[in-house]
Amino acid sequence: MPSLENRQFIELEKPIKELVDELKDFRQRAEKNAKVDYSGTIDQLEKSIIAKREDITKELTSWQKVQLSRHPDRPYTLKYIDKMCTNFVEIFGDRGVKDDKAMVGGFAQLDGETVMVIGQQKGINTKMRQLRNFGMANPEGYRKALRLMKLAEKFNKPIITLIDTPGAYPGLEAEERGQGEAIARNIYEMMRLKVPVICVVIGEGASGGALGIGVGDKVLMLENTWYTVISPESCSSILWRSWEKKEIAAEQLKLTPEHMHKFGLVDGIVPEPAGGAHWDYDLAAQLLKKELLPLLQELKTIDPEVRIKNRIERYSKMGFWDEI
Amino acid sequence: MAKKEEDIEKNLTGDDLPQADAIRSSWFKRVQKGILTSTSEKKEIQEGLWTKCPECKYTCTTTELSENKYVCPKCNYHHRIGSAEYFDILFDGDEYTELYANIRSKDYLGFTDLKPYDKRLEDIWKKSDLHDSIRVAVGKIEGHEVLICCMDFDFIGGSLGSVMGEKVARGADYCIANNIPMIMICKSGGARMMESAFSLMQLAKISGKLSQMSDAKLPYISLLTDPTFGGVTASFGMLGDLNIGEPGALIGFAGPRVIKETIKKDLPEGFQRSEFLLEHGFLDMIIDRKEMKQKFGVIFTLFKN
Repeated sequence: MPSLENRQFIELEKPIKELVDELKDFRQRAEKNAKVDYSGTIDQLEKSIIAKREDITKELTSWQKVQLSRHPDRPYTLKYIDKMCTNFVEIFGDRGVKDDKAMVGGFAQLDGETVMVIGQQKGINTKMRQLRNFGMANPEGYRKALRLMKLAEKFNKPIITLIDTPGAYPGLEAEERGQGEAIARNIYEMMRLKVPVICVVIGEGASGGALGIGVGDKVLMLENTWYTVISPESCSSILWRSWEKKEIAAEQLKLTPEHMHKFGLVDGIVPEPAGGAHWDYDLAAQLLKKELLPLLQELKTIDPEVRIKNRIERYSKMGFWDEI
Repeated sequence: MAKKEEDIEKNLTGDDLPQADAIRSSWFKRVQKGILTSTSEKKEIQEGLWTKCPECKYTCTTTELSENKYVCPKCNYHHRIGSAEYFDILFDGDEYTELYANIRSKDYLGFTDLKPYDKRLEDIWKKSDLHDSIRVAVGKIEGHEVLICCMDFDFIGGSLGSVMGEKVARGADYCIANNIPMIMICKSGGARMMESAFSLMQLAKISGKLSQMSDAKLPYISLLTDPTFGGVTASFGMLGDLNIGEPGALIGFAGPRVIKETIKKDLPEGFQRSEFLLEHGFLDMIIDRKEMKQKFGVIFTLFKN
C-alpha cells in the first residue's frame, strides 16, 4: 500500500487530497518545531480524512464507480492473493505459446484449505503496466487460466477467479491465435467444471474478457467495480458516435454492483474499506475473504452433478423478453 | 492505398446503414433513409431487377443471383443474406416450421442512446418483417431432420441479446427432446449493447445449453458467415463440433477497425477472412454456399453411421 506521501488521487478524491496535503504540512511542521504541540490538529485531520473517505464513496455516480475501479493505487489479483492466502505457488504458461503476464494464477491456501486462484493482473507502475498489458489477456492467457482450472478439477480443489480487465486484448496476434475461440472454450468448460467456482469482480469487468474467467456457481462484485458488456468509452463511441458520452453510457449500461445485484446477475456485493480498496489492502482482502469462506463451505456440500446443473440453470434464467 | 476496414461495430447501433450487400443496392439512390426490404418479400423480387457484385462489379439479374444461391456467378462472392434465404437454400423443398417466433425483445433497462431502445425496436418492427436478430426453424436437410438457428444481420446488426439467448436455449432443448442436430448460422456484429450485461450473460447461457447437447451426443455445427464478430465468436460461434466458414467471410473477435486503432498499423491482406482462420486452425473447413446443403447431408450421414 502506498504511504500517504506517495498516494495518488483521482479527481473525485480532491477533497481528500486537500486534507492529506494539510496533514502532511502539519506533520512537517511538527517535525521541524518540537516546541509546538500539533498532535491535536493532526489527530483531528486524520479523523477528517477517514470521514471524508466514507463520505465520498457514499453516493457515487456510475461513471465515478468506473473511475474508482481504475484507481492507480487499487490492489490487483496478486495483492489479494498475498493478503488473503498462504503458501501461494504461482504457475506460469499455457503449455502452448507462452506465459501471458496479464493472467496469473496458482494454488494457495485460504484458511488452511487449498484453492486455485486465477485472475487478470494489472501493473503497478508504467513498466509493469506494459508488461501486464494493462490487464488485457491474449488467447494464451485464457488458455493458461483454463489449464489451471483443469488442474484444480483434477485434484478436486475449488476455484476462485478474480476479474479485473478492461477487455481481452484486441490485437493482431490475438486474432491469429483465436481470441474468440479461447474465450468461448473457457466459458464452455467453466460451465462444466466439477469443482466449486466463485468469481469476483475486483476492478473492471469488461465484456467477454471478463466472462472468459467469469462463469461460476457464485459471482460477486466488490463495492467500487463495474461489470457489463462493453466499456462505457467504447459504448459511447459506437452508440453515441462520440468518445465524450462515457458518463451517460455508464449510467445507461447500469453497470454498478447495485444494479447487477438487483438484476440477479451477480449474487452479492463485497464491501470495501472506506473510500475504496486502495486505502487499506489488508482490510480489503480480509473483507473479501470473509465473504468467500462461507460460500466455499456452502458449495462444497453440494453434489458436483447438482452443482453443474444449478450453474447451467443459473445462467439459463438470465435475460428478458416478451412472449406475444 | 490501404483499403478501409469495415466498421463492424457500426452495425450494432440499430440505425439503417448502407449495406455492403449488392442485393439492396439498386440503380436508384436511396434518398430517404429507413426503407428496409423485408426478408420475406426479398425472395419475390421481380424478374428484371439488376444487382451489382460489390467485389467484381459484375451485374446480373436478381433472379440469376438467387438461383445461384446469392453467390456472384463471376467471382464467387458470397452476398450477405438473411434467414429466409438460408432456410430456402438449406431445407428440403423449402419446407420448415419456424419455432419461438413469438419471443420479442423488450426494453427492460430503459436504455436510451440517441434513441430509446423501445422506440428503436418499434421502428424496426414497423419497417421490417423480422422480429429479432435470429430465427429458429426445424425441417429436413437431405432427409435428415435438423434444427437451424439463423441470424439476421439486418436486425440491429444480428446483435446477440436476450431473445437470441432464449431462442437458442429453447432450440437446444428441442434438439435434446427430439434427438436432432443443430446448425447455427452466425452473422452478427456482436452483443446488443442496449441490453447491457444481460446480453453478455447470453454467452454463458447458450454455452451451458450446448454443453447439455454435447452430453446428449448431438451434433452442433457452427456455420460462420460474413460477418461474425464479438460475443458470437467468443462463445457458441466457435464451439461447433464442426466450425464451418463460408468463403471470404470476415470472422473475428475484435472488429478490424478496433484492431487497427489498437496496433496503429495496417492489417494484412485477407486478415480475419475464413481462409485466414482455416490456416490458423480455427475453422474445420470452408464450404461454398452452392454445395452447402449437399455437404451437410454427407456430414449428418457420417455422424449417424
